Amino acid sequence: MSEKKLAIIATKGTLDWGYPPFILASTAAALGYETQIFFTFYGLQLLKKDMKVKVSPLGNPGMPMPLGMDKWFPVLGTAIPGMESMMTAMMKSKMKSKGVASLEELRELCLEADVTMIACQMTVDLFDMNPREFVDGVEFGGAATFFEFAGESDITLFI
Amino acid sequence: MPNFDQELDASGLNCPLPILRAKKALAGMSEGQVLHIIATDPGSVKDFDAFAKQTGNELVESKEDGGKFYFLLKKS
Repeated sequence: MSEKKLAIIATKGTLDWGYPPFILASTAAALGYETQIFFTFYGLQLLKKDMKVKVSPLGNPGMPMPLGMDKWFPVLGTAIPGMESMMTAMMKSKMKSKGVASLEELRELCLEADVTMIACQMTVDLFDMNPREFVDGVEFGGAATFFEFAGESDITLFI
Repeated sequence: MPNFDQELDASGLNCPLPILRAKKALAGMSEGQVLHIIATDPGSVKDFDAFAKQTGNELVESKEDGGKFYFLLKKS
């Protein structure tokens, strides 16, 4: 049986949306999949050594908030300065108390398991990002690089 | 004599950590050896079943006792 392959495109740079690519990639690697993640646009935030991603209640009516705030709190209230930082801190402490791994931990597990991480060169240039801010082992490429692997993958996901 | 060679306590850990830790532990074991895993994540019951099916390692036992889940995985 030849090794199965999983290709993921990670496009989002928030604390909550950083989880699916890293959870799926690390688990796939544990199951024996050869796995590659292509990080583009805001997804590139997930590659920074110092990951400062946040979770935002703004424009996210599905997000449960403490004290029933999601029921009675006005939508515009979620735009109050400091709200993102507060929700991020609360989410992180909740995750810790429930035994959910941090994004940094999951990313490290992915790298240990030889998950290939590719940064979209175009986005790096577009946002003037410094590649030295990224974790070691990141490769750089474009759409054609993604298709080289995705074309022979069993599963491809856009997150 | 315990009926396993190595033990992994994944209590308090949530998906996908129990599976990832088990995979790591198995990597350091030799063929035929048995890993005993303790978990508290209810999702781990189905996950260890799926893990065994996909990796070829045999799930010798899967049981619940007092809110904890116990698995015996034999390395193939």
